[in-house]
Amino acid sequence: MTMSTNETAQRLHGVMAEFDSAQELVDAARQTMAHGFTKVEAYSPVPIEELNDIIHKKRTKLSQIVLAGGLAGMATGFGLQYWASVIEFPMNIGGRPQASWTTFIVPSYELTILFAALSAAIGMIVLNGLPQPYHAVFNVDRFSMASSDKFFLVVESADPKFDQPVTAEFLRSTGAKGVYDVDE
Amino acid sequence: MANHSHNTALLEETPVILPGHDFETVTETIAEIPLSKRFPLGWIGVLLIGVGLAGMLHMALGYLLLKGIGIWGNNVPVGWAFDIINFVWWIGIGHAGTLISAILLLFKQQWRMSISRFAEAMTIFAVACAAIFPVFHTGRPWLAAYWLFPYPNAMGLWPQFKSPLIWDVFAVSTYATVSIVFWYIGMIPDMATLRDRAVSRVKATIYGMLSLGWRGSARHWHRYEVASLILAGLSTPLVLSVHTVVSFDFAVSVIPGWHATIFPPYFVAGAIYAGFAMVLTLAIPVRRFYGMESLITMRHIDNMAKITLATGLMVGYGYGVEAFFAWYSGSPHERFMMWNRMFGPYAWSYWTLIAINVVMIQLLWLKSVRQNNGLLFVMSLFIGIGMWLERFVIIVTSLNRDFIPASWGMYYPTQWDFMTFFGTIGLFLTLFLLFLRFVPMISIFEVKMLLPQSKVKHDHVH
Repeated sequence: MTMSTNETAQRLHGVMAEFDSAQELVDAARQTMAHGFTKVEAYSPVPIEELNDIIHKKRTKLSQIVLAGGLAGMATGFGLQYWASVIEFPMNIGGRPQASWTTFIVPSYELTILFAALSAAIGMIVLNGLPQPYHAVFNVDRFSMASSDKFFLVVESADPKFDQPVTAEFLRSTGAKGVYDVDE
Repeated sequence: MANHSHNTALLEETPVILPGHDFETVTETIAEIPLSKRFPLGWIGVLLIGVGLAGMLHMALGYLLLKGIGIWGNNVPVGWAFDIINFVWWIGIGHAGTLISAILLLFKQQWRMSISRFAEAMTIFAVACAAIFPVFHTGRPWLAAYWLFPYPNAMGLWPQFKSPLIWDVFAVSTYATVSIVFWYIGMIPDMATLRDRAVSRVKATIYGMLSLGWRGSARHWHRYEVASLILAGLSTPLVLSVHTVVSFDFAVSVIPGWHATIFPPYFVAGAIYAGFAMVLTLAIPVRRFYGMESLITMRHIDNMAKITLATGLMVGYGYGVEAFFAWYSGSPHERFMMWNRMFGPYAWSYWTLIAINVVMIQLLWLKSVRQNNGLLFVMSLFIGIGMWLERFVIIVTSLNRDFIPASWGMYYPTQWDFMTFFGTIGLFLTLFLLFLRFVPMISIFEVKMLLPQSKVKHDHVH
């Protein structure tokens, strides 16, 4: 009996429940977390601010990455100009100072923004584990509606409390419009 | 609280999107266009015009590479003419896209959601058109690489970082890169929608690759929203800096008519003014042709007309201050420059621009004008012309009669100047039409966020 549950758990990514609106999904996610599940993920066609707080409870490190990127950009911009105009290729134009930092402001500023913006974009993509062409949730036919007008909640088989029939029954009790097994 | 209900009442009066939409209809209306097999006749017709003009651009630039920049009309004393006029004009047009997608996002202006995608597309294509001019004005664009960009080359040369022209390279290339990144990031969830709805295997694969495997999980969305907000926050100072730096090309020089501290804000206001006019030029026919009136509503048109009016008034103030500076400076050269602008050989261009950018736009105070699509479309075209003339006036009338009368001269554009300019309009049109056909022109997920289905009550009781 224990054996067969484990086998099921290995073949399954989890159990997926379908909902009609953001409110229903948020309510179900709250109940699921309150029930003690830990490996849970919600999928929606629009961003829903509350879900991350309910399910994952921690905020992304992205802003720190962007700050680091921006500072690196500023240092690169200023360093590049200082090095090129003062050390590598000094030009004496009317005896003006080589290291005139005021004239270095614009490129330093632009590179700050460039590096920060690229950090934000690439950081978001990499932290999200993208590009990822395959994911188990795509095995559920109904999941193609997740980008259109349906909302989904998945309890993953990696959850210690996961037990396929019981979990499916629980998700139905949260008001799901449909419950599906997600094959690995 | 009273204020809030007042706002709600206003929203009900002129909704951001017309009633009757739900998630499914929004997805269907927008995704249908890139996914359909149909190429409407009107679309093909306009595309042919665009491609034809772009072909002319190809010819004009090809001939330029063969003969050199002597085929253009600019020469001493007017060393800068169409190349910089068109550059500034196109860059300026791009600004409205970033304003809509970044600044209005920070201000939580929800009406921006239906128009941000194609305004951003407009930005990117306008910047692409703009870049052609300075690069080809170098005459040998393949050498422009080491003139413009700092990279270790065999000659050991480095650009002059103390020049506004190099600042401009950094500003514009950063602007182009960040705009493309912002645009693409904004499109990822919609690409997933197209992937999931595509019937044909080829389309599903292409849109699938572009969506990077987006699943819309809570973690994804959380990082996505943080990234979008940060990108908007970064784009806001960026867009204000770009036209500021473009204005430095002039303001940092010592030419009367250019050397003025009003230039940065005046250029930025002019850019947004021209840009919003261009969004109107594009939005009015597009919403009609594609039946998008329920998503791009009269509320959008009205708001854009108001922003055009507001920024137009700032531009008008700029004209006034320029004239005041010239008089108040007490410098005979500054005063003569202004006199030459108003009554010299190019007076027609100055007074036409005043007629458009100062007089005509006062019509936008009237609600009946802001609600009249046809009139607004014609006015937006005129504003495009007006802003082009503004750059013509700033550049040509400041240069054609400088300090020494012996070096005065007239500037006349050649056919190659015109072919290049109209050619870039064709290039823009071509890129824009391809965008309309193959990419969701309105952000699907953002419009959905306006619908009740995506709303969650904050004070939830179990």
